[in-house]
Amino acid sequence: MSDKSREPGIVLTPEEKKRQRQRNVAIAIALAGLCVMFWVITLVKGPAMLQRPM
Amino acid sequence: MSLVDDTNPVNRAALVSQAEPRDFIELLKPRVMSLVIFTALTGLVVAPGSLHPVLAAISLLCIAVGAGASGALNMWYDADIDAKMVRTANRPIPAGRVSPGEALAFGLVLSAFSVLVLGLVANWLAAGLLAFTIFFYAVVYTIWLKRWTPQNIVIGGAAGAFPPMIGWAAVTGSVSVESIVLFLIIFFWTPPHFWALALIKSEDYARAGVPMLPVVAGEAETRRLILIYTVLLAPLGMAPYFLGFAGMAYAATALVGGLAMLWLAVEIFRKREGGPARKAAGRMFAFSIVYLFALFAVLLVEQGVVARLF
Repeated sequence: MSDKSREPGIVLTPEEKKRQRQRNVAIAIALAGLCVMFWVITLVKGPAMLQRPM
Repeated sequence: MSLVDDTNPVNRAALVSQAEPRDFIELLKPRVMSLVIFTALTGLVVAPGSLHPVLAAISLLCIAVGAGASGALNMWYDADIDAKMVRTANRPIPAGRVSPGEALAFGLVLSAFSVLVLGLVANWLAAGLLAFTIFFYAVVYTIWLKRWTPQNIVIGGAAGAFPPMIGWAAVTGSVSVESIVLFLIIFFWTPPHFWALALIKSEDYARAGVPMLPVVAGEAETRRLILIYTVLLAPLGMAPYFLGFAGMAYAATALVGGLAMLWLAVEIFRKREGGPARKAAGRMFAFSIVYLFALFAVLLVEQGVVARLF
């Protein structure tokens, strides 16, 4: 293994790690919210969701 | 030796995001968004016909997110101007918390999602109007008009006037005279509102090189045009009553509010020097928000709550 691959690259500070974790949680919440929203839309629109002209 | 020198603060800022979730929320301009939500809700409720409450709520969310996305695109393009103005220097991009690339990607993704979901949930006319609104604010106003003409906020004000029309279209699938009147009320409200602010903040705009009316045409011309637009706005505010889609409570609010707006515009026109002039402009700016809020709130309660209950 070369020396280059063993270098740590950018090491995040504790503050940067905290912000990264907060961003990850926010993205997870947004994605979960989108899933719930599409599920609810499907329930409300019912079979009309499938009745679309091709 | 590392490929990337992360000890260089410039490189590090480009490679490691410093953003917190609240910085991305700030990119959406929450205060502007709240007015958009409110006026769009009025359009949704006042429109004849019905939309399932869940679909109406999701439509409203789409309109809000679309408006927020255009705010993020505005902040991405205007970061250089924002850095020079006291009022905006601490926004996420000029403050270095969010990179321009992050803001651009955020704005574009939210724009696409909000338009597509609104099309699926409500109809494609509403989605098309939302797409046009985002385009109008981000491209026509921000990129083209804002740095080019002192009429920037007159024409650009259309972007802020579309939400009730989108709400109306989400329910009815059409654009009608009523929704155009709601559009026109916000359209004619925008110049007196922003020019009153520009009179107070003209030095800020001059430093940033933004050709706001007081900077380019002078304060006297700005005061004259505030008065003219208010003279047009006050009777226009009464139009929903005369067109039959608002009742007596709305008529009284529009009459009293319109007269107060006219009085404040006359005060701005008369008081031209020092503290009293700044005070008059500040009062117009603050009251104009109350005026627009009151018009739409009364319309919402009168047509959305009272008319459906009784």
